[in-house]
Amino acid sequence: MNFDLSPAWISIKVTLTATVIVFFLGLIMAWLMTKYNGRWKGLIDGILTLPLVLPPTVAGFGILLLIGKNGPIGNFLEIFGVNIIFSWYAAVIAAIVVSFPLMYKTTMGAFEQIDPNILSAARTLGASEVKVFWRVAVPVARPGIAAATALTFARCLGEFGATLMVAGSIPGKTETIPIAIYFATQGGEMQVALIWVLIIFAISLTVLVINNYWESRKKNQQRGFGG
Amino acid sequence: MEFIIDIKKKLYDFQLDVKLQSKEDTIGILGASGSGKSMLLRCIAGLVKPDEGQIIINGKTFFDSEKKINLTMRERKVGFLFQNYALFPNMTIEENIAFGLDKLSKTEKNNRVSALMEKYHLGDIGKRYPTQISGGQQQRVALARAVAVEPDMLLLDEPFSALDVHLRNHMMREMSELLKDFQGLTLFVTHNREEAYRLADYIAVFNTGKVEIYGQKDAIFKWPASLETAKITGCKNIVAATRLAENRLHVPQWHISLTTVMKIEHDNGYLGIRANQVKLVDEPNSQQENCFKVWIADESDGPFRTSLYLKIGARPESIQDFHIQCEISREERNHLKNLSEPFIIYINPEFAFFVDQ
Repeated sequence: MNFDLSPAWISIKVTLTATVIVFFLGLIMAWLMTKYNGRWKGLIDGILTLPLVLPPTVAGFGILLLIGKNGPIGNFLEIFGVNIIFSWYAAVIAAIVVSFPLMYKTTMGAFEQIDPNILSAARTLGASEVKVFWRVAVPVARPGIAAATALTFARCLGEFGATLMVAGSIPGKTETIPIAIYFATQGGEMQVALIWVLIIFAISLTVLVINNYWESRKKNQQRGFGG
Repeated sequence: MEFIIDIKKKLYDFQLDVKLQSKEDTIGILGASGSGKSMLLRCIAGLVKPDEGQIIINGKTFFDSEKKINLTMRERKVGFLFQNYALFPNMTIEENIAFGLDKLSKTEKNNRVSALMEKYHLGDIGKRYPTQISGGQQQRVALARAVAVEPDMLLLDEPFSALDVHLRNHMMREMSELLKDFQGLTLFVTHNREEAYRLADYIAVFNTGKVEIYGQKDAIFKWPASLETAKITGCKNIVAATRLAENRLHVPQWHISLTTVMKIEHDNGYLGIRANQVKLVDEPNSQQENCFKVWIADESDGPFRTSLYLKIGARPESIQDFHIQCEISREERNHLKNLSEPFIIYINPEFAFFVDQ
């Protein structure tokens, strides 16, 4: 059996990059939307959440329209001789679009749970909005943010539909683990598929367990059970 | 210290419409729950924006709807003690107190934090988290954190409501000590007349969004100037009365007339007498001024004091059939057992007050 490990490295590269970007993007959007109470809140929130409820293929189609050879962004980048489509960047973009709502929604839920008095207390003590965010809101909402990050990571790792549409399945370049599983199964290489299934299973479980362990330790520390 | 507050703010079921101006240092705001008093503090601190008006503290304009001034919370430099203390759960006690001190150098910061820790009896709990300390300690931390930034003004929102009764008395004494050291204006909100009286010299009585009365606490408690003030300051005996002469009232429901020290200016209004000012006397001379024959309709025993529900002039028909409530010590109650009904009460003209509608 000729086993090519490249899908693992591509998956990890794409997942980590996308998770880091989504982490900051989701965190900041969630905070801004928590503070914003204007009349467009419902609409903006709907748009930001949309990729969660749409099939990934619809997201993939949308990305293709934007960054494809004839799309506005694709056209613009063409000037500099850059072509994103069917590169691992496209896989990152697909993962970002599809996983963003998970980070955004879960984090926003955590921000909304914060006692507003705590945030007001920080402000009356002279804290700037940036300080309120990084020193109070984020640490207080941290369990929710950690859960959101774990979900985002898992979603990025498992991303299939949109990735296949915009990044294709170029072995050694854009072929991620889920795509490798699909094509191995299609080609009847059940053993290869099984190995990939076990690997993805191990990665996902490890991340979730580390997250849970770390969270409960931190929680115990603040509640006074050692630590 | 001087402040001028004149604001309007529409709330769900009434309008906050406050006019308050004073030069006093410690002011208690006394009002029933939901009378808008906490909202007033929130407007001053900048948590909530009033609809119109102005807030000027020490010559510094916090808010002025005409001049379009509305300082942010951080610009106002107001210390706010929240009802639930709002300590940062992710920080230790030391970190909580040091939160507003970023501008100081590390040494200055450490010095100020340890000075406050000592002053507020937080000695060895500096490394703990807020959930690991008691309610009284949490309150001290919250207060230390608020004064650490040296605010011009302290706002305390129901500071004792989260504490049990025992701790409350203890913290009240401690708080009044700590407030004496604070060089600035203190405004605190409470629904508890005991707290208001103990902590402040001047009291503003709040009723559905308005300042009913503002003045020196003893004057307010002795002769409340309005019916609502009488109720909020805890007067248990309030009954319709009419004017007979400048110092004489008639109470139709009780079939009596009595003398007051207070000058009565209106024809119709209410007579108020505090339950602890109704005295039981031994001499069986009911002809004396302001002395009346009473029968006991009901009583309710506290551990040290007893409340008697008395009917004036006749034997009560049921336990609901009473006129006046009277509060006496257990010893006085036991002494009554040697006497037989009717007993005689004496209402000191000094403590009988009249309010108009």
